[in-house]
Amino acid sequence: MTAPGAAPLLSVRGLRSYLATGAGVVRAVDNVSLTVHEAEVLGIVGESGCGKSVTCRTIMGLVPAGLAYSSGEVIYHPHGPRSILGASQAELRALRGAHLAMIFQDPMTALNPVRTIGDQLLEAVTAHAKLTRPEARERAIDLLTRVGIPAPARRLSDYPFQFSGGMLQRALIAIALASSPRLLLADEPTTSLDVIIQDQILSLLLSLQQDTGMSMMLVSHDLAVITEVCDRIVVMYAGQVVEEGTVADIITAPRHPYTVALLDALPQPGRQDPQGPLRSIPGSPPSLIDVPGGCRFAPRCPLAVPECQTWETELLDTGEPGHATRCWRHDQVGRDPAGKVTE
Amino acid sequence: MTAGPAAWAASPSELLMKAAARAAGRRRSTVRRRLTLIIGLVMLAIAILACVLAPLLVSQSPTTLDALHPLAPPLSHGHLLGTDQFGRDVLARILYGGRIDLAIAFGATSVTLVGGTLIGLVAGYLGGKVDSLLMRLVDLFFAFPFLVLIIAIVAMLGPSIFNMFLAIWITSWVSYARIMRAQTIVAKKQQYVLAARALGYGRTRVMLRHILPNAASAVIIFSMVDAVGNIILAASLGFLGLGAQPPSPEWGTMISDGQNYILTSWWLATWPGLAVVFVGVAFSLIGDGLADLLRPGER
Amino acid sequence: MSRFGSFPRRLVHVVIVLFGITLVTFFLLRLIPGDPALAILGSSYTHERAVAIDNFLGLNRPIWSQYGLFMERLFHGNMGYSFFYNQPATSVITSHIAPTLFLVIYSAVLALLISFPVGFYSGLRAGGVTDQGSRVFFTLSFAMPGFWLGIILILIFSVHLHAFPISGFGSGLPGHLYSLFLPALTIALGFSTVLVRSLRAATITTLQAEFIDTARMKGVRWSQILWKHVFRNAVLAVVAVYGVNLAYLISGTVLVENVFSLPGLGTLLVSSVSQRDYPVVQGVTLLFAVLIVAINLLTDVVQAALDPRVGQEIGS
Repeated sequence: MTAPGAAPLLSVRGLRSYLATGAGVVRAVDNVSLTVHEAEVLGIVGESGCGKSVTCRTIMGLVPAGLAYSSGEVIYHPHGPRSILGASQAELRALRGAHLAMIFQDPMTALNPVRTIGDQLLEAVTAHAKLTRPEARERAIDLLTRVGIPAPARRLSDYPFQFSGGMLQRALIAIALASSPRLLLADEPTTSLDVIIQDQILSLLLSLQQDTGMSMMLVSHDLAVITEVCDRIVVMYAGQVVEEGTVADIITAPRHPYTVALLDALPQPGRQDPQGPLRSIPGSPPSLIDVPGGCRFAPRCPLAVPECQTWETELLDTGEPGHATRCWRHDQVGRDPAGKVTE
Repeated sequence: MTAGPAAWAASPSELLMKAAARAAGRRRSTVRRRLTLIIGLVMLAIAILACVLAPLLVSQSPTTLDALHPLAPPLSHGHLLGTDQFGRDVLARILYGGRIDLAIAFGATSVTLVGGTLIGLVAGYLGGKVDSLLMRLVDLFFAFPFLVLIIAIVAMLGPSIFNMFLAIWITSWVSYARIMRAQTIVAKKQQYVLAARALGYGRTRVMLRHILPNAASAVIIFSMVDAVGNIILAASLGFLGLGAQPPSPEWGTMISDGQNYILTSWWLATWPGLAVVFVGVAFSLIGDGLADLLRPGER
Repeated sequence: MSRFGSFPRRLVHVVIVLFGITLVTFFLLRLIPGDPALAILGSSYTHERAVAIDNFLGLNRPIWSQYGLFMERLFHGNMGYSFFYNQPATSVITSHIAPTLFLVIYSAVLALLISFPVGFYSGLRAGGVTDQGSRVFFTLSFAMPGFWLGIILILIFSVHLHAFPISGFGSGLPGHLYSLFLPALTIALGFSTVLVRSLRAATITTLQAEFIDTARMKGVRWSQILWKHVFRNAVLAVVAVYGVNLAYLISGTVLVENVFSLPGLGTLLVSSVSQRDYPVVQGVTLLFAVLIVAINLLTDVVQAALDPRVGQEIGS
């Protein structure tokens, strides 16, 4: 949990990441600002295609060159006040691994299938530290133990295909933590795993975070996952941040119709008619190529009025500390105990 | 990786223009792909027409001896490409000789294409013992280097143009069979086949009317590559003296003859080879163009 | 589980193929129209010799008995008698093996040296100058008959530049390397077309893989990533292509040997055909096929050694 008044670790301001595709320019990330504090777990939640993955990749500088255009500022405070967005390769390389690390959704494709786990782990361990072979090996075994992989010494010489999905994800986490980063970006780390394993991985991530005091940015489309682990939440829609706040605030008093809809869509045993349909959000997200003016959620919003489509949206303060929303009718967003949206 | 410090200072509208240009470029490359196909077809058409209309293009026959001017270099004495050791006009020999090589390209390829495809289709569709048997046969043929096998067959049967056809027919169908079988096995599991069977269509009809048209693109593209191979094969056999026999002009035999005079008359071996390259490139371009057309998204 | 779990199965398969090869080779001789004895003896035809051949081939016996005879002799290394060379066919053949083997290995290595850098670089800078240039170059060389390319190379380098000998095998290792350079280059260029294209495609695909992102995320140097991840994985994808095309390479040696007058199996094959020296033709064909089987086996072994996933496929 974040200590109150903890210092900011990573500040993203006005981030834009546009991808040029054959069909036109995709405004994947369109003016996103967020902050991750020290020892904090920040969750980013939103539908597929809302820009959460691209945000992470842009921060790490892993968006494919030649297809992307980025602007804005990404400030990693221990590194100084200058944005790392336009940094040189050498600078980025010094940061990656030792300060910023990332784990990806599918561990099977995120690891080289023809090299041993040991090789790839050692590669991570020695990327930022000059260690002798035995020292490096020892550290690797230590890391595998910490992520809960049994018989770590033997597993070093195994290949990715010899691991189950959950074990492989643990190995990937070990690799990400090899150089003791201060911020871990986790892009849908549990999405490709089955539910029981999902829980294990989340617990692992949480305990590692608490042990090391590192910060974490957890990205998921699954609000249940986010609320379980995170301290603060950022809700994204169509390339923009539509709401941000602490977990408690967001769950009990959401201030954006989209957030409400997301919460509504969560299956709630005991609070919902067991025979009734699962609530989904009608309609689909707007095209990110020809972006409509005004509020991007308006076409699907139960609270929308004609002015919503002309208002140039911005994040508004809700009055509660640290809780902002991109809905100008936020005071009319509520949630009654039966779980319905009230007008 | 960002586009660099300068780029992110640019305004979004400039970026949009760049992106639009890139999108347009992608459309242009589709035209470029069709262009490949068109150029190939044009080249092939030129070759075919030149050889078929040979009598209209050259006044000499390929066997006329210009005894006064043996081994004449190009552009001399009315011989555009020169003459060989017997004084025969090289251009005439190339155009008439082309008929043989083009005949092989089309004749040998089409038979193996049809035969091999049908065999592969049947094997893939029926599966089981038929499939095993046929594929063992295919594997067996693949164990031999084709040229060596063809040489051996031609050796046994006797060198002649027809035996060349025969040898190619016997050996080359296997590639098509293998490709078609693989395609058929995949196609067998597709929805449209299951639907056709559910409607009660007989096996033959399903094979010919449903699977074949969908799987055909792979073999057709391969047939272009094979055509190049067959021309080179024909020329090779001619070169080794196992194909066309003198005095029939044929590109391979011309190159072989030409090699004997390499020290003095470079043109004898060069022009026929360029002819082979020309036709070969034509088929290659057609194959590439077809591949791009039938399988979009391949760079 | 051993990585070579499917190896015994592979061996059985290989043995079956070898048997099949002997079968085909056996039937080759039976393709000859007319009297085989007459065909084999040609001008050295005498009645006694004809009878001897008839007995040798067992032409009076049923076909499977003939095959049995053939196989039995084969196991003893007896391929028949070459009337042209007046020696057992086997010794004629073995005396011609060395140049061919040398050429095959030389071309294989040269092809590697040419195609790997070009293919890899083309993939890294797809669309760049090297890429476009090499594509044009290799499209042209693909359409070139190997023997013609050889002649052109002779024309340029031997006749005009006097840099390399026109023909012959040379003596001693340096001599061989020198004399066989042009022939090996001819074969290697034809071979490289496919290799460059494959490696280029494999490189492009590998560059887009997510594990490359993981490697970058770790803070690994890009040059190290290129070598240990991109190149390593791309090459793996090409091993199979390399092996398969080696068969094409064998065909190439036959022609190239003729162009450069090398005393190898290829020249032997062709001259035996004109000489109607059927036992030798049969023997060389058999040998070539066995060579290919050996190469395919070698490719599988190399692939299994480099790619840990290979043994995992059931019934491959």
